[in-house]
Amino acid sequence: MLLRTIAHGRAGDKGRRVNLSVIAFDPADYPRIAAAVTVDRVAEHLAGLIAGPVLRYELPQLAALNFVLERPPGGGVTETLALDPHGKSLSAALLELEIA
Amino acid sequence: MRASVRIGCGAGYSGDRIEPAVELAEQGRLDYLVFECLAERTIALAQLRKARDPRAGYDPLLAERMRAVLPVCVEHGVTIVTNMGAANPLAGAEVVREVARELGLHGVPVAAVTGDDVLATVTDGGFAIDETGAPVESLGDALVSANAYIGAGPIVEALAQGARVVVTGRAADPSLFVGPLRHAFGWSAEAWELIGRATVVGHLLECAGQVTGGYFADPGRTDVAGLARLGFPIAEVAADGRAVVTKVPGSGGAVTIATCTEQLLYEIGDPAAYVTPDVVADFSGVRLALDGANRVRVSGATGQPAPATLKVALGHRDGFIGEGQMSYAGSGAVARARLAGAIVEERLRLIGLRPDAIRCDLIGVDALHGAARAASCPDPYEVRLRVAARTRTRAEADAIGREVEALYTNGPYGGGGATASTRDVLAIASTYVPRARVACRVTMEAS
Repeated sequence: MLLRTIAHGRAGDKGRRVNLSVIAFDPADYPRIAAAVTVDRVAEHLAGLIAGPVLRYELPQLAALNFVLERPPGGGVTETLALDPHGKSLSAALLELEIA
Repeated sequence: MRASVRIGCGAGYSGDRIEPAVELAEQGRLDYLVFECLAERTIALAQLRKARDPRAGYDPLLAERMRAVLPVCVEHGVTIVTNMGAANPLAGAEVVREVARELGLHGVPVAAVTGDDVLATVTDGGFAIDETGAPVESLGDALVSANAYIGAGPIVEALAQGARVVVTGRAADPSLFVGPLRHAFGWSAEAWELIGRATVVGHLLECAGQVTGGYFADPGRTDVAGLARLGFPIAEVAADGRAVVTKVPGSGGAVTIATCTEQLLYEIGDPAAYVTPDVVADFSGVRLALDGANRVRVSGATGQPAPATLKVALGHRDGFIGEGQMSYAGSGAVARARLAGAIVEERLRLIGLRPDAIRCDLIGVDALHGAARAASCPDPYEVRLRVAARTRTRAEADAIGREVEALYTNGPYGGGGATASTRDVLAIASTYVPRARVACRVTMEAS
């Protein structure tokens, strides 16, 4: 199953940093999402699009996770050559993650 | 002291739609209407306009927005707070007064908040660029702007002096909401828990339509009704800082726990430490609860003392970006587009043009996520080549688009719809200055 079937999210940006929220549609799915969407899985899934460590913050009362990622050098909003300079479409990429 | 305040957001960025702001002003029963119009680069671009014309440098849509909302705000007693002053709050405030007079609205007190421009301070020595560690003055003539993120203090002061429109420069986004709430409820600047709660309200509202169903619809999965008539948000805030987020009844969009959670976590790092000039807000314990249709109750935020320094956005010139695009259709479109991109890259080498960076994207295939795209997707019927490169000179940047255009008669079969563009790169770096080095001032004058 793809993560997007049980979760939604949004990307935000600050310079080279991007944050990606992952929010359960049904709070009952939160434990399953928290177990499956680990920093390692996220780093592996988005390899090539991000650099450096992935940070994860848990907000169980909101059934949400917040990931903070760093984009590769030259990947800041103002200097990047990317078509999506803010990295806003990364949220959709993360929600394509296959989970058990 | 009031029991509750109704505060709305009429713009989430400089180019935002005006009609929903008018609807908010007319039907929102608001006390305050905030327009948040500055992004990291917006103020640097505004400084460049001001450098060319000392009367310019405020938001390009300021007069149009004010013409649309000022009459109804004056009639309904709605006070406007905005950072549309951008690089020139004094000129922006004068534009508001001109619009007011033009509409026959005389005696409207308009305040300008200045002091966020710290270019002279940060080039005076002793300030390092946060990202590189180099001294700020090493940017030399490339440095075009240095604006400190200022807090709610001067907005409170302007409101206390009776301002009905407050025009600021680089006030932090949530501070535009914290100011009116502090003023209305008489909160002290050091009531950290209340300021933390007000900051959550500001953060939820500051992107306008992004909390009322904008940036959320995914047909068949997260449908949103009436998006074309998306309504802008209102917060009903109580004197203890707890709030309900809602929107104008009958407008399009939706305020749900899902839309509010997405916006709460938008552009957030550590949810327990959201740093603003007013407070280090703690969102980690925030709770959202449904309170009827299109009403979400927000509670549980808190805050710690504000940081001793203020963040400064440094805008500096950093070369140019040249870009060209061309489309290909039918069988083999992807192969021809790839061939075209390779030809452009080889031709740039042949003419001795060495960009700092270059990339070729196939829009519709790999432009967004490159080689990391899902392998399962089939190639499309049509594809658009995009070549983008960062260069030191404008002439070199122009050459990128010209080489793509030249693919018409000098490239693969069947290219169409070439476009070319060149833009200045205005990069943003940051530094931090002690609060005492940023002196804000309120200048009040009636229309």
